[in-house]
Amino acid sequence: MEYMKPDEIIELFKEKFNGSVTNNKIEIKTAGLKKNSYSLIWLEIERKDFKEAVRLLCTIQFPHFAIISGSDIGEEIKLTYHFSLYYGERSKEISLNLTTNLPKNNLKIPTITDLIPGAQTAEREIKEMLGVIVEGLPDLANIFLPKDFPKGVYPLRKDETGAMKMVNKEEEEVKKAE
Amino acid sequence: MTFNFEIYGERIEKVNLAPGDNHRGIEFMGRQRNPIQIIYLAERICGICSASHPFAFCRAVENAAGIEVPERGQYIRVIIAELERIHSHILWAGFAAHELGFDSVLYISWRAREEVLDLLEYLTGNRINYGVFMIGGVRRDISEEQIPRIRKTLEYYKDIYGKIEDIFLNDPTIALRTKNVGVLTKEDALRLCAVGPTARASGINKDIRQDQPYSAYADLEVKAITPDVLTGEVNGDVYDRIIVRLLEVVQSIQIIEQCLENMPAGEIVAEKKLVKLLNQLKKAKGEGIGRHEAPRGECIHYVKLNESELPEVWKARAPTYNNLMAWVPMLLGQQIADIPIVIASIDPCIACMDRVTILNKNNGQKSMLTKKDLHELSVQKTRRITP
Repeated sequence: MEYMKPDEIIELFKEKFNGSVTNNKIEIKTAGLKKNSYSLIWLEIERKDFKEAVRLLCTIQFPHFAIISGSDIGEEIKLTYHFSLYYGERSKEISLNLTTNLPKNNLKIPTITDLIPGAQTAEREIKEMLGVIVEGLPDLANIFLPKDFPKGVYPLRKDETGAMKMVNKEEEEVKKAE
Repeated sequence: MTFNFEIYGERIEKVNLAPGDNHRGIEFMGRQRNPIQIIYLAERICGICSASHPFAFCRAVENAAGIEVPERGQYIRVIIAELERIHSHILWAGFAAHELGFDSVLYISWRAREEVLDLLEYLTGNRINYGVFMIGGVRRDISEEQIPRIRKTLEYYKDIYGKIEDIFLNDPTIALRTKNVGVLTKEDALRLCAVGPTARASGINKDIRQDQPYSAYADLEVKAITPDVLTGEVNGDVYDRIIVRLLEVVQSIQIIEQCLENMPAGEIVAEKKLVKLLNQLKKAKGEGIGRHEAPRGECIHYVKLNESELPEVWKARAPTYNNLMAWVPMLLGQQIADIPIVIASIDPCIACMDRVTILNKNNGQKSMLTKKDLHELSVQKTRRITP
């Protein structure tokens, strides 16, 4: 198997999605007494090319998908998909983190479950935790939140739709009861 | 956690998983705390993996803030993490035997597990929730006087290991109950992003300790264990998962021995004063991921620091999260009596598997089975088998 270097992977993405790659970074970390190194790639890509970027990633090697982490940064929601490439051989693995920003008035992202079926749990999680609409996702029932959880409340948001209101309300009720 | 099955006679035709009746909101709670407080919260995500989550979390914060861990700290972290792997795998062995109706094996293996718990208590002060991890290193050193006690425990496991291996790998009844049961093919494991022993038993050569060696693992020759090391073939069934876990216990013993031999002298933590550390973290800006090969598979944490006391994002992912989907291909076509062992075979870390709903396709009848009923069915099946 041929292994691409981290900078070659970034070049490949830049070449394919000209101008769409807004941010890129390679981190090299060392560990142990011998200071063996491993690398991480951080890539930020515009939403319109996101699905194609995952497709391109699948052509390098079928990536191991770990999780989607989402953060509420004011006007936008930032989603980071954590992948790893080149597993199976000593010290060859590269962690690749693919980020995309979604404006809050249009929270839509295409599903990647047709490429990587294992991403279903994570996509359902961002749907209920952050209110992101995942287009083309087959199963839409709540997966982590209880079935009777109030609609329109997204626990990991930091704005008025977040869960802070629920927490404050409960605290008030407890105080009243006391 | 509820499982909904559609059955035809004794065979399962359709599986539907419905988790989520008990949401703890631990990530939400973490966002109201500073990183040092989160270590203890992360430790309590799971009682069995109580070294894995703080390990991954501390690595994520260190990567985000650019903190280097002293080498001695890295070695102590690996020793604690590997001791945890021994106790987790032996606990699982007992649990699997219990599901098959071998309660005597449950008692033998859980008795054996006590030794490593005692050692962990001796080294860290607690049997579980060790409280030993700190951002930038560890909180407790392993002194010269403690090393003979560690070696004694490792010798104990070397002695008893043969006995446990003999029960699981040479007993004809266990082989009949676990071979070709709950098969997960390599393609399915890849597609569904399975991790840990579940993926390795299906022949995926994947182990973070080998692929992306971190901490002291970078100095050690750790190899991912697949079942063909022992049997020469990969079936991806429950039996293969037993083999992988048993061999990993031996591997852990070897790793700890190597660590004890090569452990360098020096500091154990980058910054001893907590206030200074907290100030450093307050000024830090950046994002980082921390990965650790927990007993059940890859545990990954993501942290984003943004020049404030509280982290902007904390995302924790436990290994069972990724193995959840792998249950579906494993359970399809199996008998109802095999449900307990197949579910147990990925070593799930859910609070409680409460009940199973079964829809009989012959007459459309719906019935509910509790864990106890299922266990009883599984035990009866073992009794029926005469090897």
